Amino acid sequence: MEVMEDYLYTKEHEWIRIDDNIATVGISEYAQSALGDITFVELPEAGLEVEQFEQFASVESVKAASDIYCPMSGTVIEVNEDLESSPELINRNCYEKGWMVKIEISNLEDKANLMTASEYQKFLESLE
Amino acid sequence: MLSETALKQTPLYHEHVRLAAKIVPFGGWDMPLQYEGILAEYTATRRDVAVFDTSHMGEFLIEGNVQDSGLDRLVTQRLSDLAVGACRYGVLLKEDGGVLDDLIVYRLADAKWMVVVNGATMEKDAVHFQHGLTSKGKFQNISAQTGKLDIQGPKSRERLATFIKGFEKLVFYTFTICDVLGEQAIVSRTGYTGELGYEIYFPWGRTTELWKKILSLGVKPAGLGSRDVLRLEMGYSLYGHELDDNISPLEAGLDKFIDWEKDFIGKSALLKEKKDGLQRRLIAFASSNRRSPRSGHKIFSADGKNIGIVTSGTFSPALEKGIGLGLVSVGQIGKDEKFYVGDGKNNLEVVLTPRPFYKQGTFRN
Repeated sequence: MEVMEDYLYTKEHEWIRIDDNIATVGISEYAQSALGDITFVELPEAGLEVEQFEQFASVESVKAASDIYCPMSGTVIEVNEDLESSPELINRNCYEKGWMVKIEISNLEDKANLMTASEYQKFLESLE
Repeated sequence: MLSETALKQTPLYHEHVRLAAKIVPFGGWDMPLQYEGILAEYTATRRDVAVFDTSHMGEFLIEGNVQDSGLDRLVTQRLSDLAVGACRYGVLLKEDGGVLDDLIVYRLADAKWMVVVNGATMEKDAVHFQHGLTSKGKFQNISAQTGKLDIQGPKSRERLATFIKGFEKLVFYTFTICDVLGEQAIVSRTGYTGELGYEIYFPWGRTTELWKKILSLGVKPAGLGSRDVLRLEMGYSLYGHELDDNISPLEAGLDKFIDWEKDFIGKSALLKEKKDGLQRRLIAFASSNRRSPRSGHKIFSADGKNIGIVTSGTFSPALEKGIGLGLVSVGQIGKDEKFYVGDGKNNLEVVLTPRPFYKQGTFRN
């Protein structure tokens, strides 16, 4: 399973990429593969304030629905509108074109509760 | 005492593993959910052709006259006028009218029948048949010797015709016995997808050979995931969802598979149910966006009353909407009236939709 080096991860298989105080959030290769063909993505409205690990989006695949939790506290500033008509972008390219939400981070210390790429890799191995 | 019950495997289990299928438990069997992906396998079936391993299903042979054997009393469909070489769908009922299984009866000869049942219910069904047949009905359970492949899709006939002869003129719900890789096999024009397709009953030990032959023709392997989407788009019932021993066939809308002119187990319960009026009925519905109903969701009327339960739900690639089937209390939903499904929060708006959801199926072509 592909894991991106400079991203951080949650146990629920979300990823977050931090650029200064702005972060981009999506789901990992493991998550998209487990879900299978994604058919619907429900995203929050810009302006929504979220707490770390609060549910703020959901994805549906042909066979199941799954909640998405925000990896860090912050305010939603942008969502990936391409996912509305092309939810399969998450299957095709979950770490780049399949990004879901951008947030303005309110508490950088939340990082301490996330896994680095190598920690996440070990976590994935423990699931096998 | 606790015991580990191992899941049963079809003759193709190692082929599924080799093709990197996602294997899931299904009715006591290890079955492939998907190989490449549900949508790719769905699309292959609707537009081209795909092959499904359905060797988990059960097959019984019954020898004897339709009435004297007791067979006619065991199933709801009319058998007396079924031609040799034809088959018919129906259900197996308990005395109280609950559904033990749904099944297809094949007339192999004037007094020889094959009954095809679900994998999960096969053993229970075998007991029910043996109990219900008379001394004039000879019963044989051939499930363990019988593999089964479903080749489904508009191109199924031309692909199979490259190595099987004599089945090409079959019409829907008929079958023939013809040479398949040197075996006398039943090739049946039936299926669960809504497309032109065939089911081949084949010796268990040689099913892998047949599978490989079919794959070598460029037929895509397809799993239970796409099979479920395909059958739901057709509005077909799945035992354990739309049918079980607490659901009557009348509630499930299977009236046309019941022969009221004959006697059968469960008939008096169904007649009483008809007289008293149905409490529930199976409905089909679709959402207006890409969100999907899910099995187990509650169904709510426009005014928020819990009126039933979703029995199956999925995303429909053909409609690009969520679709579902569910059981509701009668008289709660008006035509064109919106209602809701969900777990209570963030419910999904749906509207009654006639079955089949998918109307371009090639199954009668």
